Amino acid sequence: MEIRKLTCISCPMGCPITVEMEGAEVISVTGNTCKRGDVYARKEVTHPTRIVTSTVKVTGGAADMVSVKTKEDVPKDKVFDCVRALKGVTVKAPVHIGDVIVPDAAGTGVDIVATKNVEEV
Amino acid sequence: MYDVIIIGAGVAGSASARELSRYKVNACVLEKEEDVCCGTSKANSAIVHAGYDAANGSLMAKLNVRGNEMMEQLSKDLDFPFKRIGSLVVCLNEEDMPGLQALYDRGVANGVKELQILNREQILEMEPNISDNVYAALYAPTAGIVCPFGLNIAMAENACENGVEFRFNTEVQNIRKIDGGWALDTNNGVYETKYVVNAAGVYADKFHNMVSEKKIHITPRRGDYCLLDKKTGKHVSRTIFALPTKFGKGVLVTPTIHGNLLVGPTAIDVDDKEGTNTTRDGLDQVISKAGLTVKNLPMRQVITSFAGLRAHEDGHEFLIGELEDAKGFVDCAGIESPGLTSCPAIGEMVADILAEKMNLEKKEDFISTRKGILDPNTLSKEERAELIKKNPAYGNIICRCEMITEGEIIDAIRRPLGARSLDGVKRRTRAGMGRCQAGFCSPRTMEILARECGVSMSDITKSGGDSRLVVGTNKDTL
Amino acid sequence: MKSYDIVIIGGGPAGLAAAVSAKESGIDSILILERDKELGGILNQCIHNGFGLHTFKEELTGPEYAQRFITQVEDLKIEYCLHTMVMDISPQKVVTAMNREEGMFEIQAKAVILAMGCRERSRGALNIPGYRPAGIYSAGTAQRLVNMEGLMPGREVVILGSGDIGLIMARRMTFEGAKVKVVAELMPYSGGLKRNIVQCLDDYGIPLKLSHTVVDIKGKKRVEGVTLAEVDEKGRPIPGTEEFYSCDTLLLSVGLIPENELSGDMGVEMSPVTSGPVVNESLETNIEGVFACGNVLHVHDLVDFVSEEAAAAGKNAAAYVKGTRTEEGGREITLDPTDGVRYTVPATVNTARMDDILTVRFRVGGVYKNCYVSAYFDDERVIHKKRQIVAPGEMEEIRLTKEQLAEYPDLKTITVKIEEA
Repeated sequence: MEIRKLTCISCPMGCPITVEMEGAEVISVTGNTCKRGDVYARKEVTHPTRIVTSTVKVTGGAADMVSVKTKEDVPKDKVFDCVRALKGVTVKAPVHIGDVIVPDAAGTGVDIVATKNVEEV
Repeated sequence: MYDVIIIGAGVAGSASARELSRYKVNACVLEKEEDVCCGTSKANSAIVHAGYDAANGSLMAKLNVRGNEMMEQLSKDLDFPFKRIGSLVVCLNEEDMPGLQALYDRGVANGVKELQILNREQILEMEPNISDNVYAALYAPTAGIVCPFGLNIAMAENACENGVEFRFNTEVQNIRKIDGGWALDTNNGVYETKYVVNAAGVYADKFHNMVSEKKIHITPRRGDYCLLDKKTGKHVSRTIFALPTKFGKGVLVTPTIHGNLLVGPTAIDVDDKEGTNTTRDGLDQVISKAGLTVKNLPMRQVITSFAGLRAHEDGHEFLIGELEDAKGFVDCAGIESPGLTSCPAIGEMVADILAEKMNLEKKEDFISTRKGILDPNTLSKEERAELIKKNPAYGNIICRCEMITEGEIIDAIRRPLGARSLDGVKRRTRAGMGRCQAGFCSPRTMEILARECGVSMSDITKSGGDSRLVVGTNKDTL
Repeated sequence: MKSYDIVIIGGGPAGLAAAVSAKESGIDSILILERDKELGGILNQCIHNGFGLHTFKEELTGPEYAQRFITQVEDLKIEYCLHTMVMDISPQKVVTAMNREEGMFEIQAKAVILAMGCRERSRGALNIPGYRPAGIYSAGTAQRLVNMEGLMPGREVVILGSGDIGLIMARRMTFEGAKVKVVAELMPYSGGLKRNIVQCLDDYGIPLKLSHTVVDIKGKKRVEGVTLAEVDEKGRPIPGTEEFYSCDTLLLSVGLIPENELSGDMGVEMSPVTSGPVVNESLETNIEGVFACGNVLHVHDLVDFVSEEAAAAGKNAAAYVKGTRTEEGGREITLDPTDGVRYTVPATVNTARMDDILTVRFRVGGVYKNCYVSAYFDDERVIHKKRQIVAPGEMEEIRLTKEQLAEYPDLKTITVKIEEA
């Protein structure tokens, strides 16, 4: 049996949650003071995901950098692979919100897209 | 071989260079930092003292009074901010009256004009925020405040205009006697000169002792200060000193020439000649002592604190003159308070010594005036509009706290001995000196510096040397 | 002199939402003055996600959130000037501004909406001793360098202050290749959102040291390290607890201050608690026709609430200009924050002018668990809301309704307080 300790992020209470696991299976969730804590903890221990945000260089635009994000959550253990996939990437202006910057980042099946408009100058 | 090399581009070195540049002379200033005004000259009370402090008959007293007299005309000639606001030395009880009287007598003996002893009511009329404990004060209307950066930079720029060379990032490591003069070993090669002026501030003892058997000793005496927001600048209208008593020396409270309030300094002897770090204890001292003479000081309005080092010579006297056992080596040492006040007179004295030794001739084409960086806030709306039309950079505010425009920053970079660092721009224009302490304008000023100097952002420093502001680009180490 | 019905000072989230709302309330003559090169304000450098859940029911990044409003401003053909610094506003609402193209110019406004945002508290304001080398940045300055310019302020980082910008920057710097060694927080609790502590620090194994502060900065030219020490309950460093961290960068996330120099100079009455203007139910200052919203009024933690507040200011300014405000029959009620409640925005309510539902926002001075947020109408407790936790880092609100206030015709003061269970 494995014990995982988490801090709930659902509200400012920040309940300290303890999750008992048997392999990949959640046996119990304790320490939470509401239902949201239970839901959060179960997801966080089985398939935690994050949105990754960063920037890449732009040439020929009104700004030097354009902000980007993974279009959806990616598995938490792929976060750094997604960041590394952006190293050295340069795009040409114009760039618009939603434009794909890196398709299928780090084999996650999730595209990295622009989150800002940078017009050509 | 140079006729004269001046070690140090602080106020003493720059004043000497400026006065010397009246003559036909081949002179050079060596400065270990990247800019003028980087040591004692940049971090002090910025007071133009009246001259009652120094012992009667001392060189300090003489040059203080003379420097004070010269300051006004110099500020007009060289276009730097100076204001004669007067000062009050206050005492807290009747027992201290003899001390106040002694100060008055000394001032009169030193030739200080218009001194007056005031009672509590008279003080209150002038300074409503004076502490309830204040009993009497010595009033010196001739005291003033100055922009120390402005003064230092103006003198150096004017010396440069008049032909004096300046070498920055050049640290003198050794001084050797050679035929007909001196050889100065530096990190940038050897400089040869007939005469040396030792205006090295806290390092002046080091150079003196390289060439003389009569050793001197200079203690770096640290002064911690707190600078308050401009909102508080009118809390007092004059410089308020505390009369030193058996319980110690108080701190001064003064408006600065740019409208802030300055409180300090401490006096803490340190070993490190670069030890300009403030300490918790030092800042606590400033805060606790400040309320002694002035009440309701809004110490929550502090925008920055800093420390400077006074070059305190053991005998507490200016040591200015050619060394008996090292001909051609002219000391300008022990320049601590009232050094800033005295610097115009110090420069004059050093130049006189050198002119006499070398039989120098005056130049006919000496340029006696210099125009400072234009402050658009001094213009009328119409003039300002005209300025922006001619040069749109004056319509672009970079530092929003002090309302400094791109035009002023470009001027600071392009003029003689122009700024090369963020601090260099700050000392010349005040960009970054306001309440947000450069949080907003740093990246913008860095961009202008990079563009004007033709370098990349990662080459821009805060204060030269290893003080780079950015260390690389995103993900470069991933 | 040019003239506009409404001049809005600042084109960040507050200014944009105020403009859109004023336009939708029927005012055509609107001008936004923005000092930066683009609209959107600080959102442009907040590239992380987490914005808009309240307003758009989806999670956006800062630039995306800003663009939603910028698009509306463009679609509604609202005028704006970029690169334009407002130098002065007179009590008669003459706005003096400056830019490269037009030089100094004056605009007569019928109403002014203050939306200048806030600035970061600097090292100087904290009186942290030590040297003054390169490598000390406020978190927002570092954020601009990294996110807008692609420049790394340093490689090894210590962060003082666990406000949200500091937490976000811990993750940003980590993503860009820096090592964030520790985050120190003076208070015994973090001022940042739990979610940010978990996802910006815990995810990357960055320790958070509560009740700690920086007591010394080493390095003459560039930061070489900082010394942290634990503090006692009064915030004073405890001797013997010092610990040295070698680093080349110190980031400060130690608080935000509403940027009210213009407001103060024009004679707007300021609150010493918020450092923002004192406003009534219309978000109007003591100068008639001068409104305030967003971080210039009081520092928010969620931009969604800035937009909501600014929309109210825009609507109220429009009503003022059109002369459609209900001026008669109103009573003035004072809001009195006490017992843990530090302030309220607004500070007063006029019962005739208020909307049917009025949101009163406030912050608390400490962490309270299992407590009640209460409002007393004079002596009678009318609102009594159970809260599991309230904390200084999260803005709170109560709602007053016109209907409810009508039931208390003699009401003078509404006291807002925290009551322990």
